[in-house]
Amino acid sequence: MSTVAQSEQNHHDHHAAKGFKRWLYTTNHKDIGSLYLIFSLTMFLIGGAMAMVIRAELFQPGLQLVDPHFFNQMTTVHGLIMVFGAVMPAFTGLANWMVPMMIGAPDMALPRMNNWSFWILPFAFAILLMSLFMEGGGPAFGWTFYAPLSTTYSNDNTALFVFAVHIMGISSIMGAINVIVTIVNLRAPGMTWMKLPLFVWTWLITAFLLIAVMPVLAGAVTMVLTDKYFGTSFFDAAGGGDPVMFQHIFWFFGHPEVYIMILPAFGIISTIIPTFSRKKLFGYASMVYATSSIALLSFIVWAHHMFTTGMPLAGELFFMYATMLISVPTGVKVFNWVATMWRGSISFEVPMLFSIAFIVLFTLGGFSGLMLAITPADFQYHDTYFVVAHFHYVLVTGAIFSIMAGAYYWLPKWTGHMYNERLAKLHFWLSLVSVNVLFFPMHFVGLAGMPRRIPDYALQFADFNALISIGGFAFGLSQLLFVAVVYKCAKGGAAVPDKVWDGAEGLEWEVPSPAPYHTFSTPPEVK
Amino acid sequence: MEKYEQYYVPEQSHWPIVGAVAMFLIAVGAGLTVMQLSSDVGYGQYVLYAGLIILFYMLFGWIKNVIHESQTGLYSAQMDRSFRQSMSWFIFSEVMFFGAFFGALFYARVLSVPWLGGAGNNAMTNEVLWPTFEAVWPLLSTPAGETTQAMGWQGLPLINTLILLTSSVTLHFAHVAIEQDQRAKVKLFLGATVALGCIFLALQVLEYMHAYADLDLTLQAGIYGNTFYMLTGFHGVHVTLGTILLLIVLLRLFKGHFTAKQHFAFQAAAWYWHFVDVVWLCLFVFVYVL
Repeated sequence: MSTVAQSEQNHHDHHAAKGFKRWLYTTNHKDIGSLYLIFSLTMFLIGGAMAMVIRAELFQPGLQLVDPHFFNQMTTVHGLIMVFGAVMPAFTGLANWMVPMMIGAPDMALPRMNNWSFWILPFAFAILLMSLFMEGGGPAFGWTFYAPLSTTYSNDNTALFVFAVHIMGISSIMGAINVIVTIVNLRAPGMTWMKLPLFVWTWLITAFLLIAVMPVLAGAVTMVLTDKYFGTSFFDAAGGGDPVMFQHIFWFFGHPEVYIMILPAFGIISTIIPTFSRKKLFGYASMVYATSSIALLSFIVWAHHMFTTGMPLAGELFFMYATMLISVPTGVKVFNWVATMWRGSISFEVPMLFSIAFIVLFTLGGFSGLMLAITPADFQYHDTYFVVAHFHYVLVTGAIFSIMAGAYYWLPKWTGHMYNERLAKLHFWLSLVSVNVLFFPMHFVGLAGMPRRIPDYALQFADFNALISIGGFAFGLSQLLFVAVVYKCAKGGAAVPDKVWDGAEGLEWEVPSPAPYHTFSTPPEVK
Repeated sequence: MEKYEQYYVPEQSHWPIVGAVAMFLIAVGAGLTVMQLSSDVGYGQYVLYAGLIILFYMLFGWIKNVIHESQTGLYSAQMDRSFRQSMSWFIFSEVMFFGAFFGALFYARVLSVPWLGGAGNNAMTNEVLWPTFEAVWPLLSTPAGETTQAMGWQGLPLINTLILLTSSVTLHFAHVAIEQDQRAKVKLFLGATVALGCIFLALQVLEYMHAYADLDLTLQAGIYGNTFYMLTGFHGVHVTLGTILLLIVLLRLFKGHFTAKQHFAFQAAAWYWHFVDVVWLCLFVFVYVL
């Protein structure tokens, strides 16, 4: 794909600063990428611990471990942390590390703002977690903070939630602006649009979605704030507003948001599958168009989250058909991945294992999404564990699995060492089995009518719930193996060549492993 | 490869982490201030002030740093493009922020208020909840019985519209002048723009005082008052910011900064001002006139 005439010797005088200042003051995209990734892993473990509390309470019917109000705080903060603290920063971290190296840029377009985007995040989550320990507790209205739960019925600490979300939004918007401008403006000569690696393409479109919808979330939380503390009635019918209006505004943000969490995953999978199939990606151009179509459609499907709010019939039909339309570009992607593997010379390294698991299990999550898209069927499924099963299949075996795949794929490039293959494989197989024990039975209890977000349930769901909880603990514990693998890999291991995987393509494999502190200070020529 | 200008990657900087601490204090301070509104403890506001002070310190230092780099010629044409593109995307995010509040306004006008009045298949909603409620816009009497008066578009709002439109024209003249390197003319027109911005803000304050004192149009006056104050209020905040940006540019002009070719800060502030203007036009049409 390209030849790099690059003398890395030039850069050896630019070493990283020492001590904590390196991390606090850094303007280096690789440092900031690492910070994002470490932060995301920490949040993943904290959010996961909250999921363990939820599953422990639900192990048996009846109330045993925590009181219902605390249970609600756990479901709420688990969701917020996983969405804004684990998945999104992980993708931003990967973008920070990989996008400049993939397009031959010296760094991100605005390196200081990049630092700022990262460092406000830990503070935002400190505020959110802090509120859990305050009198009255943390947010307990679900991560979707529907009015009037978040306005009339929320505790007094809601203002802290509002301002924490504001900071998360500002962080995302600044990060997204940086990514877009880097991609548009800093591509190496010859790196034309249709030569861009798909991870870069998907992130470009994701960043556009972020800039478009994070401000809408800011608007939504602002209205919640004024409704709760300043006497406005945006979401109160007594003043001429409407609680359903909240849902419209929230999901106008929320639906593009779920694609923000899956489009970069598509990019990672589209990078890994060709490498280990030793074939070019099948249908590159169609992948680009499919990603764009998904992004555009994401703006006109939001009310499929609201089929049971009593929308006019025309609305129900429109949002049903628009939603189903999304399965067309998504199907294009799945078929392209499978076609890439077809007659490939496939090997099953850990990134490939996670990618194949992604294709199968994400597709399963897509199918349950299709079921939920059918308005009359959704009347039955709405707010049951079926929905929980659906979005955990697309977010855990989808987004999280792709992040794991990407981490294993690029870890050797970052550290210069190969990870421990046995431990990594163990991590994969344990995760694969336990995640299905965890989420698959949720389909059954959901279809049978078990509602989500409750600390207790009817007796007929007891056996499945015990099984689900066992799967949950197993999955949670398995992730500690990942921490061990990453730690060991950072500390040492077999040295790897520049091009770690023999089938890999792209500029990132033409710089040394570990990647030097500064890469492509002079842009390479891409042929 | 032919001529390539080095893309400037700054060395380590302490401004972002200072800014992060400022944001933390602002968020905690604002949160506590709001939570303490109805109690006698009030330390939250001091946290908020501390955060704001650090934020201004950070902005001052950071911007000074950037101006210095710009003046010493570290920025290439490519860097300039990065700045321009970033500013455009920032303005796009602001458009979407206002979009959320315009969305709320349209939703209330087109859907929720008529539904409360019994439109569509909501006859029983009206009958059971508030049978005496009548759906009209502006919503002068809420279902709960709160009453208010509408703000007319004649008078102050119309004058303010003309002021902002004029300011866009003067700013455009300033822009043309800077590209022709006529610095005296730039200062004159830019100064006029800043002055018009200040007058707009003063009149807006008068309008709010009039609304509260004479019309009983308050933030709590139901969805009409809510959308009125949130939209005009956030717009006012943006006019304030825009005026400050233009003022900084004006001061830099007096210090001899900018050339006919290189004046990104001028351009960014101007784009921002035109954006704020367009928002006002939408506001004037949908909040005041229609």
